[in-house]
Amino acid sequence: MKQLHELTIKEVHEGYRSKSFSCVDLVKHFLSRIEKYNPKLNVFLALNPNAIAQAAAIDKEIAEKGIDRELLGIPMAIKDNFLTIGISTTASSHILEGYMPQYESSVTSKLLAAGAIFLGKTNMDSFAHGSSTETSDFGPTHNPWNPDKLPGGSSGGSAAAVSAQLATAALGSETAGSIRQPAAWCGVTGFKPTYGRAGRYGCIAMASSTDSPGPIAKTVADAALVAKVISGQDPFDATTSPAPVENYPTFLNNKDLKGVKIGMVKEYLLTDMRDDVKKLILDAAEKFRSLGAIVEEVSLMDPKYAIGVYTVVQRSEVSSNLARFDGIRFGHTRDSFCEETKRRIMLGTYTLSSGYYDAYYKKAQAVRTKMIDQFAEIFKTYDAVIGAVSPGPALSLGATKNQPMFGEMEDILVEQSSVAGLTSAGVPCGFVDGLPIGLQITCDQFQESKALMIADCYQRNTDFQQFPDIDKTL
Amino acid sequence: MNITPLIGLEVHVELETKSKMFCGCPADHFGKVPNTQTCPVCLGLPGALPVPNKKALESCLKIGLALNCSINRLSKFDRKQYFYPDLAKGYQISQYDQPFCSEGFLNLDSGKKIGIERVHQEEDTGKLQHTVLNGEKVTLVDFNRSGVPLVEIVSKPDMSSSAEAKEYLKKVHEIIRAIGVSSADMEKGQMRLEPTVNVCIENEAGIRYTPLVEIKNINSFNFAVQAIEFEIKRQVEDFEKTGVEKSSTNKTTRGYDSVKKVTFLQRTKEEAKDYRYFPEPDIPPFIIEEDFVEKIGKELPLLPDQEISSLKNLGVERKDAKILVSTQNQVAIQIIHDYSDDDRIESKKLASLIVNGKLDPAEHVLVRYQELTKVGNTDRGELEKVIQGIMLANPVLVADFKGGKIAVAGFFVGQAMKETKGTADPKTLSEVVLDLLNK
Amino acid sequence: MYLPSTENPAKIGFVHKVTVTPDDVKKIAKLANLKLQKDEVDLFAGQFTETVDMINRLNEINTSDVPATYQVTGLTNISRDDVIDLTRILPQEVALREAKLTSHGFFVVPRVIDTDETESVI
Repeated sequence: MKQLHELTIKEVHEGYRSKSFSCVDLVKHFLSRIEKYNPKLNVFLALNPNAIAQAAAIDKEIAEKGIDRELLGIPMAIKDNFLTIGISTTASSHILEGYMPQYESSVTSKLLAAGAIFLGKTNMDSFAHGSSTETSDFGPTHNPWNPDKLPGGSSGGSAAAVSAQLATAALGSETAGSIRQPAAWCGVTGFKPTYGRAGRYGCIAMASSTDSPGPIAKTVADAALVAKVISGQDPFDATTSPAPVENYPTFLNNKDLKGVKIGMVKEYLLTDMRDDVKKLILDAAEKFRSLGAIVEEVSLMDPKYAIGVYTVVQRSEVSSNLARFDGIRFGHTRDSFCEETKRRIMLGTYTLSSGYYDAYYKKAQAVRTKMIDQFAEIFKTYDAVIGAVSPGPALSLGATKNQPMFGEMEDILVEQSSVAGLTSAGVPCGFVDGLPIGLQITCDQFQESKALMIADCYQRNTDFQQFPDIDKTL
Repeated sequence: MNITPLIGLEVHVELETKSKMFCGCPADHFGKVPNTQTCPVCLGLPGALPVPNKKALESCLKIGLALNCSINRLSKFDRKQYFYPDLAKGYQISQYDQPFCSEGFLNLDSGKKIGIERVHQEEDTGKLQHTVLNGEKVTLVDFNRSGVPLVEIVSKPDMSSSAEAKEYLKKVHEIIRAIGVSSADMEKGQMRLEPTVNVCIENEAGIRYTPLVEIKNINSFNFAVQAIEFEIKRQVEDFEKTGVEKSSTNKTTRGYDSVKKVTFLQRTKEEAKDYRYFPEPDIPPFIIEEDFVEKIGKELPLLPDQEISSLKNLGVERKDAKILVSTQNQVAIQIIHDYSDDDRIESKKLASLIVNGKLDPAEHVLVRYQELTKVGNTDRGELEKVIQGIMLANPVLVADFKGGKIAVAGFFVGQAMKETKGTADPKTLSEVVLDLLNK
Repeated sequence: MYLPSTENPAKIGFVHKVTVTPDDVKKIAKLANLKLQKDEVDLFAGQFTETVDMINRLNEINTSDVPATYQVTGLTNISRDDVIDLTRILPQEVALREAKLTSHGFFVVPRVIDTDETESVI
């Protein structure tokens, strides 16, 4: 008999329908878990003061109308870079400490319109600058599998929330790995939609040309539903696509992968990658074959170049996007930025400054074109490419110290797909040293259905989506 | 020594769209209560994003076409980055290397062509006000104006006198108003100007150029003239003293003091400004095809110079044509065109009557025109009868005339005109009066 | 997928060692409106040199045959109608609410003296 915090979205709705529990019950259950475990995990920075009242209203709605909104009564954890009216939003930085948003982000508006309840805002790398959640100004989040380990980042809080089962589902964002990598380190399912699929209005900008809001959830099925709800053209975001949003959940539950052609990126099996991690990836390839897919080796540009491209593009855009934080209209003064943020602003200012623009920014964007072209070529033949999400399992607390390029180095395997704006699902594919390893299933732009279908089939035919017993691990 | 001033003008026009450039806040900000017309976008709040105003884009294209520019097929927005309290985002969304319009021109009345470098789109900043609060010097910021659409028109340095500069400004002003994209009210700051001046000095030593000077804070055409003239003199004097020539690093900015009538050096930066332009990632680029440019072109009304020409072609005098066009008297202009084929009406005369206020184009034009231009009664016999009657009634004045007071004749002309109820032909009447008085 | 820009970016070049000096860092800090401590200046100079070295590896790739990508969406000509959007206008109290210092409806900053930075007319 599953406990309330173990239920998927579908199971929660079944519980509501059968009147096994109410929304208020579920929310109170999560809140008491949060009270118990958050001090050790540091997942939530702020809680929604109105959660119980909102839950009561939802119970009333369920009684009167039944469940006719897709995420009705689903308790969610929201990454703290999304502006949420009534709940403070800080992007985990001192510069926004105490900031109460003056408007609601597009994506959280859609979640609210679908009936979701926000439990609170989750910890992240300060301004999303990192892949560890260690650059947060409010302390790192701890990995639920092992509290001495990092959860990954920048959506570390959201990934840990799902892994520690402190929410039914979570919202994160990915600039280059920030959904997939913490999902991998925490052993949960993360999904990055195509850039421009979900609106960025109200999501504190990091790298404007790659930021992609997306779900972190217990299962691919849950991720697919949340992805569907948040996707669609946004009148307040000029970079969103007018292409219609497919009904992702209807593409799941394929019994096999016959006719699917998958490319395993040989460069993603890094020379310095641990053998036991490599083995898990090769095992995954075998699994796909056993499900009827054709899996062949494919070649992409050496991912080390992606580090260069991503570093320049991201830091340049970051330096510009953080210029509005001057302490005049909101927030504190610029000396409240943490060191990592300052470093990125500085480097980005340098790469855009006169005399350097051509050599750095323009050059990086040209290499970006090559990466995009390479993927386009591969997707002519293959439905998806796969590889590890991260070079290895979760690293220990303190690993980021004195590592000015930590984030970009850790994201080496996901940067290419991010700068190309592709869609990718990250699902657990095994364990090493008791820590989860994640697999990425990357597809061409606007092929979310395909990525989710393949990920779902793989997940249902494996048993790697597990949750730690945090009473034991913490 | 041969001195040739090289004057360029940068004009900013505030468009009169309903909403701002990148958000739906009202664009009409003049005189509104501070910070009541802002939203996350124009206030630069975290997470806000720009979406361009279609009408503003079209207005920019119209201005470009009216100034004979080429409309670039590919264009985009760029971020111009600098820190200032009135710039909410810490960058202004503008256009750098791929503006909407480029390489145009404007003809002065003399026929001289003034080149136009570019016409591009950008957004306005907030407004600053300096004051003292609790004994401290502070600056107050109002963001109602932040994000209002601007079009920047940059001329080439083709003007060689303050008079040419003034004519250029007046013509640009007229064109903007004629297209209907802005009232260009200088007092409301809807049209702002920045001259850039330097001088070409030719003497036995050769041809040399003085350093470029940009002059800010000029809010009328006359101040622009004064500032330019002062600056030309100052530069020549300075050059004679120091011999410093124009280089890529010695452009300066000066303000204009309209009271003292001088330009003064504003704080210079040791380094040239580095705006770190890069393409605006939040706004996809634009591809503007020929047929769209044509469609916009068709929406343009006749421009002032074109209208003046077409009136002149009908025989209207230049001075009358200019008045009708500059006062935007569309009704009158239409009437003149409408009756241009009518043999009963002479366009030249009709225009003159309207300009002199004698004929209101809203009235029944033909009737009134005929009333005003009809040849009066030239029947000498009839007029003699009338005048003789007046002479009989005024023997003293007749005697005065005969005694040498010639001006008295005017009295008789006036009286006779009154008695004939204005129907007498003035010329004939005068002749008859004089004949009779001289008998 | 991308809009070609008008020029071709840098061709293959040598990978050369660039040193970012503390003076460079100070200039950048000024442009970035950041105040740095002395030890931060030195730290960043060293770190940037390392980072720039890594970025310069990009010169190993020939990009003379491709344009730069600034937009991965492939979208063009996105705009909105010129209508007033009442749903997003902030009431004055909300617009001012999160600011440290306001007065009679205005945001307040210490007196600004550099008037040549702004394009706006005061």
